[in-house]
Amino acid sequence: MTITLFIPCFVDTLFPEVGICMVEILERLGHKVICSEEIACCGQPAFNSGYWDEARQVARPVLKTLQTSEAVVVASGSCGAMLKVFYPQLFAKTPEAGESHKLSSKVWEFSDFLVRKLEITDLGARFPARVTFHDGCHGLRELGIKKSPRLLLEKVRDLQLVEMADVETCCGFGGTFAAKFPMISTAMGEVKCANATETGAEYLVSNDSSCLMHIQGLLSRKSNPLKSIHLAEILNQK
Amino acid sequence: MSSSFQQFLTDATRVAGDIRHRGLMQTALRKYEVARDRKKAAFSDWESARDAAAETKWEAINHLDEHLENLAQKLESRGTKVHWASTAAQAREIILGIIKSKGACSIIKSKAMTAEEIHLNEAMEKAGYEVVESDLGEYIVQLRHEPPYHIVFPAMHLTRDQISELFEKELGSAPTREPEELTMIARRALRSKYITADIGITGANFAIAETGMISITENEGNARLTAALPKTMITLVGLEKILPKMEDLALFLPMLATAGAGQALTCYNTMYGGPRQPGEVDGPEEYHVVLLDNRRTELLADPEQRDALHCIRCGACLNVCPIFRNVGGHTYGTTYSGPIGSVITPHLRGLQEWKHLSASSSLCGACTETCPVKIDLHHHLLHNRRNASASRPSFFERKAYQVFAWVVNRPAIYRIAKQCGRILDPIRRAVQGTVLDPVKPWTKTRDLPPMPEQSFKEWHRNRK
Repeated sequence: MTITLFIPCFVDTLFPEVGICMVEILERLGHKVICSEEIACCGQPAFNSGYWDEARQVARPVLKTLQTSEAVVVASGSCGAMLKVFYPQLFAKTPEAGESHKLSSKVWEFSDFLVRKLEITDLGARFPARVTFHDGCHGLRELGIKKSPRLLLEKVRDLQLVEMADVETCCGFGGTFAAKFPMISTAMGEVKCANATETGAEYLVSNDSSCLMHIQGLLSRKSNPLKSIHLAEILNQK
Repeated sequence: MSSSFQQFLTDATRVAGDIRHRGLMQTALRKYEVARDRKKAAFSDWESARDAAAETKWEAINHLDEHLENLAQKLESRGTKVHWASTAAQAREIILGIIKSKGACSIIKSKAMTAEEIHLNEAMEKAGYEVVESDLGEYIVQLRHEPPYHIVFPAMHLTRDQISELFEKELGSAPTREPEELTMIARRALRSKYITADIGITGANFAIAETGMISITENEGNARLTAALPKTMITLVGLEKILPKMEDLALFLPMLATAGAGQALTCYNTMYGGPRQPGEVDGPEEYHVVLLDNRRTELLADPEQRDALHCIRCGACLNVCPIFRNVGGHTYGTTYSGPIGSVITPHLRGLQEWKHLSASSSLCGACTETCPVKIDLHHHLLHNRRNASASRPSFFERKAYQVFAWVVNRPAIYRIAKQCGRILDPIRRAVQGTVLDPVKPWTKTRDLPPMPEQSFKEWHRNRK
């Protein structure tokens, strides 16, 4: 299968390792992976702030570039939700409405793509550690992804998954919310970090780097030894 | 920035950093979640129940005109006086008019968020009447001269010690840590008020169009006493509280109790159909129902967000909302707090003045997931943001997004921008935390990862 991997702007600039792991995993499974130079961002920051005209300006080239893709895998649940759920709303009653629905039907978040599209849960990975998993809200509630990342983690050798309390509660990132309302975002993050720390895990794993950036930022500031890591990085460990 | 936004920021900053408040909310709401889930399990299928409830409210709201007329006609046929109030001021005027015409002095009142919405207590007190809240939580916050903290749990922010201190100061009672004793203290103070009150004012949980009845659910029996003892009863009800049929209560009463308080059913469920009828031995001699619009019909005219009128005020969305949990109820500065408040307040009280409530959300969607009548709450926050930006955009924010769009749509320029970012990254780190820090809102409490030597796209290009 030829897979178009959509690497969102912040993964591209701040977490290249996550994208690299995804490419390596998908290629190891025998697929051709395409990453387009043309597209950089899904437009979610503008969309969430209410600037839908500006969001459409960013989203149009994405729609156009991905038009011919066989399957689109997005390296973040949040950006995945933007393409899959919010593009049809953003382009409703515009000439691109049909195209946005077409794209929506072939968009996948990375872990869900592995489990539900490729029907693979065992990637042969080994990661000897106690970990806890954080569900990004967009992946969880907009895309309905709860089981897939856990099924993948279950098959990782020597990995022990411990669920944290209030596991479905938001970590407080929320995109521009984190910068516009830092005090609320921080309080929410502190609650999340406390719940994660209580599990005694060495790693907090997620399928969304945006949550991890926020959570790791708080952990580092407090010199908390708990480390954040993206699911793809674990799945790529041998 | 509106003054209510400034107040919101000040209060949110204070409460979000209050560890004691955080613990209080967590303890209370975790208990709620356990009870709620246990009662949800008693439904044969909670999700189907939500679908059915949403459909019933859809019917009720989409034929609101017919249902309201039926309700009024049925109520009037049994001698109830029905009043239509377009605005909060009109509703206050109507109620004050009734009180005046009865030559009343004292008023007993059961819990009603609509009364909070129209600031009824202040108006009655200003006019010289004594008003006493009969719901325990409401009574406590009334003694503290505070608005309720939560739609369903008005005094959830207070510990038993704080309540004991309050009763000691206001009622002269002995200090105690026992909830039962605290309740008895309030009960003793309230009983005499029921007997002397000339007027009883209630809210309503549902208004049944088919039979012309007002349904009130409660746990303390205070609404029954409020309705039954005074000679005149007034019910203030938001016009969205309509349910088409009596049989709808079979679903909505247990649903409200489950979602609202983790109960199978509230302890007292009463229907009021009119004043005392010939041959009846009790009940008020006069019954007035005030139907309140107060911009609800404007929300009705918005097909995108009309479902916000489905709300049964169970407070479930507040309970699961991480924003509510961290900033508390008073920070919102409005009658309806939490996600539903953030959706409807901009409609009821002005979009530009209250748009910050729709902005202050991480859009996690826990509210929408829990809402028993399936209001698309967190997406409506997005709709409010869009409407606010479209009608009055912020010059700088729009420019920023325009520039951003221009850059990301030009791969070569985007590449240069990334390189610039990498070059400037060590400088940013050097000024981190100072006034020169461009990302201070982030770095005040959080570290930012250093920019790696190579972006993903550079790696990908080099690989080819």
